Amino acid sequence: MKHSESYVRFLLPVVTLWWREMVRFCRQRSRLVGAFGQPLLFWILLGGGFSASFRPPGLPEGTGYLEYFYPGIIALILLFTAIFATISIVEDRREGFLQAVLVAPVGRTSIVLGQALGGTTLALLQGMLFLLLAPAAGISLTVLSTLGAIGVMILVSFGLTNLGLMIAWRMDSTQGFHAIMNLILIPIWLLSGAFFPASGLPVWLQWVMKINPLTYGVAALRGCLYLGNPAAAGQVPPLLPSLVLTALFGLVAFVAAAGVARRSAA
Amino acid sequence: MDNPVVEVEGLCYAYGDREALAGVTFTVSRGEIFGFLGPNGGGKTTLFKVLSTLRPPTVGRVRVFGHDLARAPDAVRMRLGVVFQDPSLDLKLTVMENLLHHGHLYGLWGQALQSRAREVLEGLGLGDRARDLVETLSGGLRRRTELAKVLVHRPELLIMDEPSTGLDPGARQEFSAYLRRLRQQDGVTILLTTHLIEEAEQCDRVGFLHEGRVVAIGEPDALKGTVGGDVIVIDAHNPKELQGKMRDRFGCDAVLVDGSLRVERPCGHEFVREVVEAFPGAVKSAAFGRPTLEDVFIRLAGRRLWSNEA
Repeated sequence: MKHSESYVRFLLPVVTLWWREMVRFCRQRSRLVGAFGQPLLFWILLGGGFSASFRPPGLPEGTGYLEYFYPGIIALILLFTAIFATISIVEDRREGFLQAVLVAPVGRTSIVLGQALGGTTLALLQGMLFLLLAPAAGISLTVLSTLGAIGVMILVSFGLTNLGLMIAWRMDSTQGFHAIMNLILIPIWLLSGAFFPASGLPVWLQWVMKINPLTYGVAALRGCLYLGNPAAAGQVPPLLPSLVLTALFGLVAFVAAAGVARRSAA
Repeated sequence: MDNPVVEVEGLCYAYGDREALAGVTFTVSRGEIFGFLGPNGGGKTTLFKVLSTLRPPTVGRVRVFGHDLARAPDAVRMRLGVVFQDPSLDLKLTVMENLLHHGHLYGLWGQALQSRAREVLEGLGLGDRARDLVETLSGGLRRRTELAKVLVHRPELLIMDEPSTGLDPGARQEFSAYLRRLRQQDGVTILLTTHLIEEAEQCDRVGFLHEGRVVAIGEPDALKGTVGGDVIVIDAHNPKELQGKMRDRFGCDAVLVDGSLRVERPCGHEFVREVVEAFPGAVKSAAFGRPTLEDVFIRLAGRRLWSNEA
């Protein structure tokens, strides 16, 4: 009955924690509304409102703000879902669920990986749902660009979820988390090229955007959406380096989150 | 021939400057039901956290099943069942899903896990609740589900923090009867913390934890035997004055606890009569009875388990 094989011992907890996130999500519909509805509303209201007066510089003729904002909103959906997933970790700790996981013979790396994959899957599902609206933004997707966008979404949401986990493992209240979210996570999104492009900004802001890892996630997303027509993506970092940096960000964030979890006292 | 299941030697634990455990030493044998009784803030929860492997011991030695807890927590975790004071169930999952999830964390899966989970649920009378969401269950049923979950991986040592919190007296009786059955059938060793006298009385041995130290340890009857005869509690209009008078007249040291005078004497009923007759009008009310574990604690610590001053 007891399976001592090390891969089972590592993977079984990962799978079961991931599965639990899925079941919970399906039973809490309000989370879907929060993580999907709000960005959708932002897109329509902000995108629609700005497109009359604001045309981002560096874009080819005919590209409106609604279209520019579209990949940015996907990034926002991924960010929101990652944040929700992370808040649920803080709640797990407060409610006692996490304690039971911590006294089980399970490594912290397994726990973090399970949590991160859970958050990533949820973010990806919602991102894919939003991808269906691409034609409404004036973007025509091919099979290849769709697959590419999905791949980028996986990398970005894995990185963001781990970034959130890194914070959540240090927190014991959701209130503290909201403060961090507004001070760190939202600015990361605002300064990623999701909301406005870097060109024409003050130099210091351009530098902030250059060292912001999400900048390359959003750039990679743009690159994939306009796979056949790179010029339409505007002045963003090129696709391949962006992909590599985004993958690297995911890896570093995971290692850091696992490190924080290992050091964290129960 | 039997090595103790739990051996704790000189365990200290501090949160910053506040010392929660100040040199705790005790052992628990296989198949024993051992209870730690003490007021809140006495160190029970900290001791529980160390034994459950949530917090590594810093000073002192803790061995469980012969393994050093500081060095090999995983060897201990596999054989340990931990019942927390806060429910650790996922309310959004069903009873069965909670049990399966727990089993997965302990490396169990597939058909073997399914049938083990069903067996545990049947044993606790939860068989027809398997598909219910935990959030729809009453407090008593949740508590039972909590215990069922912990039993899935057949722990040899159960560590429980205030296990009967939130249970009504009937459910509490049932719970402790189940624990004794578990010990008898599967030889499970049980270590629990409690602040309830009745719960402690049900244990094979009891340890008193006060201000981070074990102030007494032994079988409930033996501990109660350390109190001489009956315990007499007197409420007086002026307790301090009566205390002095009683010392002069009877040569007894009455202890003032929470505004009441307490005396240990053989033949309590006679002593009550003597006091009332000797100091007419000074006594508001007087009671006497066989000593309880709380009387033992008061004798040792000079305060009640539940004190307003605490």
